[in-house]
Amino acid sequence: MTDSATRARQVAGTAPEAGPGAGTAIRTEDLRKTYKTSRGDVPAVRGIDLNVPSGELFGLLGPNGAGKSTTIGMLTTLVLPTGGRAWVAGIDVVADPVGVKRRIGVVTQNNTLDMQLTVAENLEFRSRFFGLGPREAARRAAQLIDAFGLGDRRKAMATDLSGGQARRLLIARALVHRPEVLFLDEPTAGLDPQTRVNLWDILRVLHDQGQSILLTTHYMEEAEALCDQIAVVDHGEVLASGTVDELKEGTRADTVITVRYEGAVPDGLVAETGLEGRPGVGKVETDHDRIRVFASEPDGVLGELVAAGSRAGLTVLDAAQLRPSLETVFLNLTGREYRE
Amino acid sequence: MTSTTSTLTPPDGAGRTGPDEAATGAGIAALIAEAPVPQPTLAKTFGAMMAREFRVLRRNSISTFMRAVMQPLLFVFVFTYVMPKIGGGFMFGGAAAAGASAVNFATILVPGLMASMLLMQGIMAVTFPLVMEFSWQRTIEDRALAPVPIHVLGVQKISAGAVQSFLGALIVFPIVLVVHAAGQAPHVHVTNWALLVLILATASLLTSALGLLLGTVMDPRKMQMVFAAILLPATMLGCVYYPWSAMHQIRWLQMLILINPMVYMSEGLRAVLTPGVGHMPMWAILTVLLGGTAIFGYLGTRTFTRRVLN
Repeated sequence: MTDSATRARQVAGTAPEAGPGAGTAIRTEDLRKTYKTSRGDVPAVRGIDLNVPSGELFGLLGPNGAGKSTTIGMLTTLVLPTGGRAWVAGIDVVADPVGVKRRIGVVTQNNTLDMQLTVAENLEFRSRFFGLGPREAARRAAQLIDAFGLGDRRKAMATDLSGGQARRLLIARALVHRPEVLFLDEPTAGLDPQTRVNLWDILRVLHDQGQSILLTTHYMEEAEALCDQIAVVDHGEVLASGTVDELKEGTRADTVITVRYEGAVPDGLVAETGLEGRPGVGKVETDHDRIRVFASEPDGVLGELVAAGSRAGLTVLDAAQLRPSLETVFLNLTGREYRE
Repeated sequence: MTSTTSTLTPPDGAGRTGPDEAATGAGIAALIAEAPVPQPTLAKTFGAMMAREFRVLRRNSISTFMRAVMQPLLFVFVFTYVMPKIGGGFMFGGAAAAGASAVNFATILVPGLMASMLLMQGIMAVTFPLVMEFSWQRTIEDRALAPVPIHVLGVQKISAGAVQSFLGALIVFPIVLVVHAAGQAPHVHVTNWALLVLILATASLLTSALGLLLGTVMDPRKMQMVFAAILLPATMLGCVYYPWSAMHQIRWLQMLILINPMVYMSEGLRAVLTPGVGHMPMWAILTVLLGGTAIFGYLGTRTFTRRVLN
């Protein structure tokens, strides 16, 4: 029995019944959420299937409004699903939300620190919510404060913390009871690059310790840098999932060359380049003032587009060549640029 | 299985990001590996949440005390000190106070002001913090993730509000006993201490349950309506400044105000504190206070749960 499995039994007092989600950190089957509004039903999540093994750092990547936070809300029991099922640490999130809450730590997208309390008190009371006595909670808080580099802010009110400090405290608070699964909803949104990298280091340490983590992010580089597995989500659906390499391979992600001209692309310009049908060129798209080429062999494509524009009397305003990455995966999956 | 501070090491990234910005990799690893095993129970979590409320209350004790003291202090000062001094003091007597001889206004005011404080403090302690917790940042999620059912969190908010409401009502006592003009001292006599505690406790729970309901159904942008549409009419028509029996001369109003729970709070306290003043039958008072607590408590925790769970 693994340490985390042993711990699951210790925390709950009883072992979770072996069910469809047993043995995994997170599992969902056709998970759905539709909000009823005055303008009618608004589907936020349209049937998501996930399977996250224990100890994995799993990323939900998608633009704002893709359904990531709603998915994490359902997995952390604060949003009620309208369809499908979900298990966290083997426990059904609808049937036993308290059992799930005992086993998870959550870093919310917003700063949900208790603003009426100090840094130390935020940690102490969270520990006490999870059953530690006052003395043990104070000791645990002191350890977390030191470990997360908040020593000189121990007595500061939560309202007085910088964005990075607040984010670190949120992560520390989520770890007070050593959760089996840690959820982080856009943990680095709005932070400066240095603080972001600092938080990445923390997440890597946690991951190295075998902590199961589900991370949502709309930063492609964050998902690429941190996650073992990624699910690309848009409009409430998983478009593709796997490792970064699998995604690139699975979607046959090409290098994407984009050129934007000063004026609209005239008819016949694309044909003049001779790119269509050329070996190593997947597809060529024209969109008003720009041409986008998906190519597995991109050499010379950019030069052709610039030269063709020049012959047509068009000034080139922008030119970009994106090597295969999560961004090009997203482009290949959706046919549109990634919107943050 | 607890970790100690000796297991912590200096921050790995201290050189790059400075001691304040760097987290201790090894320290975090040790914290995870050696964390104490939590054994949460409903009682422990509930107790911890109440302890958190008292910590905040203690921190804000001066502003809370000022909020609780100013209304009764000024009221008593004006009506039992200033007015009698300038010849404007008035008495309840004869037909107005059924069966009682002339009663000074301070005596009428003691239970009424206590009831007023119960309502004011109950709503202030629950409704307004709740509106902030449900604001765009949804800090309510902090405690919603504690290992208890959401409705228990609602019950905890009612309990914490009731404590503040209870204490707020007690503050009235020393004020009315000290602040008054000569000859205007209230005639207060506790006839039944157990009944007094029961009425104060149920009234406190009722007002904070009402506070929970209001905090979860009111549009935050229209919170000023709480004063105009609820607190003001409830107080002015809640038998704070006159006994219910004295209203028999305006029969329609006497019947109409029976929908106001505050009437039963004022009358209940009047019954146990100023027995010389006519009051409602105790069975009616307790029925409404207990029934109202149950109804508002049920509705409040229900709407609270709906607001927390999207």
